[in-house]
Amino acid sequence: MQRGILDFWVGLFVIGGIAALLFLAVKVSTINTLSTADSYEVTADFNNIGGLKVRAPVKSAGVVVGRVAKISFDNGNFEAKVALRLDKRYQFPADTSASILTSGLLGEQYVALQPGGDSKNLANGGKIRITQSAVVLENLISQFIYNKAQDKGAGHANP
Amino acid sequence: MFSAVYRSIGGLGRRVREGVWTLGYAARFFLAVLLRSGDLLRRPGLVLRELYYVGVLSVIIILVSSLFVGMVLGLQGYETLKVYGSDSALGVLVALSLTRELGPVVAALLFASRAGTAITAEVGLMKTTEQLSAMEMMAVDPIARVVAPRFWAGVISMPLLAAMFSAAGIFGGYLVGVVLIGLDDGTFWSQMQAAVQWHHDVLNGIVKSAVFGVAVSVIALFEGFDAQPTAEGVALATTRTVVVSSLAILGLDFVLTAFMFKG
Repeated sequence: MQRGILDFWVGLFVIGGIAALLFLAVKVSTINTLSTADSYEVTADFNNIGGLKVRAPVKSAGVVVGRVAKISFDNGNFEAKVALRLDKRYQFPADTSASILTSGLLGEQYVALQPGGDSKNLANGGKIRITQSAVVLENLISQFIYNKAQDKGAGHANP
Repeated sequence: MFSAVYRSIGGLGRRVREGVWTLGYAARFFLAVLLRSGDLLRRPGLVLRELYYVGVLSVIIILVSSLFVGMVLGLQGYETLKVYGSDSALGVLVALSLTRELGPVVAALLFASRAGTAITAEVGLMKTTEQLSAMEMMAVDPIARVVAPRFWAGVISMPLLAAMFSAAGIFGGYLVGVVLIGLDDGTFWSQMQAAVQWHHDVLNGIVKSAVFGVAVSVIALFEGFDAQPTAEGVALATTRTVVVSSLAILGLDFVLTAFMFKG
């Protein structure tokens, strides 16, 4: 029987498969689902979240410090309630502000945290009070047109 | 006139009835394979032997074709991304399309045509030469002794082959993108790493390939087991294996993708 040599090849095959998986894990992807043990969750209410998605990055000073965990609609105040899961290594003051920005011109949207000056830190289940909504292109354009029209109207009123 | 219509309706009914009958028999066969796999725990050597024929011998075709698939993805992706000035996202494109879709699906299609046909022909020939009946005469259960080891070998090797396919394909994309075209090495890998997520992309792809492994193995074994015990019957069964398992892979892929990547 060639049992010995067969075992060797099957062993090599399994090692090759596991090596490929390791390559995919280490070099190709990131394991970025923060476990509840080493993270904490805070919420923030936004007037408009634009195209923000679950699992979008939360950045502070451009560094990824967490992920968007959940997005829901609050029927009480008619705002979007965004739950952010942040890495426990990064603590932020209680008066930190959150804004929704876009990476690049057409890139994905992310939540940016701007730390405040409070001596107390945000705790698990805490709430970010100062928020800035996503910029919606249509609103921006209509605002621009409105301002233009107003300028023109003002120009006509007192020549 | 009426008799022709009558006959064609009758033929349709017979075909539907036969389809349902085959499906039920296949489901019972699948269940029997699962139930009688217990013996393999005492004789793992049987699975090992089949792993060699089903898995190890498929590695070469998987690696070579994935390298070419990755290289083509690299070339085509670059041509398109270049137009939008975002050729630095080539790594993302190659890695996401391979880990999510192409890796599991193309590996499974290759597996069905490389290993599935071999399984069907082998089991079908065993039936034609009455080896299966001879086993039953000796109180050896052919499902436990012949079918179950091949089933588990297929289920085990499919995810490993899909992982190899994805890894070698990404390497092929790297060869074209970085070595041939001259994109930045660091950007290629770091953009890829930032966009590809282990759970959402890689692990879902592996789950897909495991499901394909079950489907292809069951179809190949069933076609062999159910083949007409003639040379023609085995040939027909082998063809059916490729057709049915390819359709099953693509159909299952749609269902799994809809479940995994909606949202």
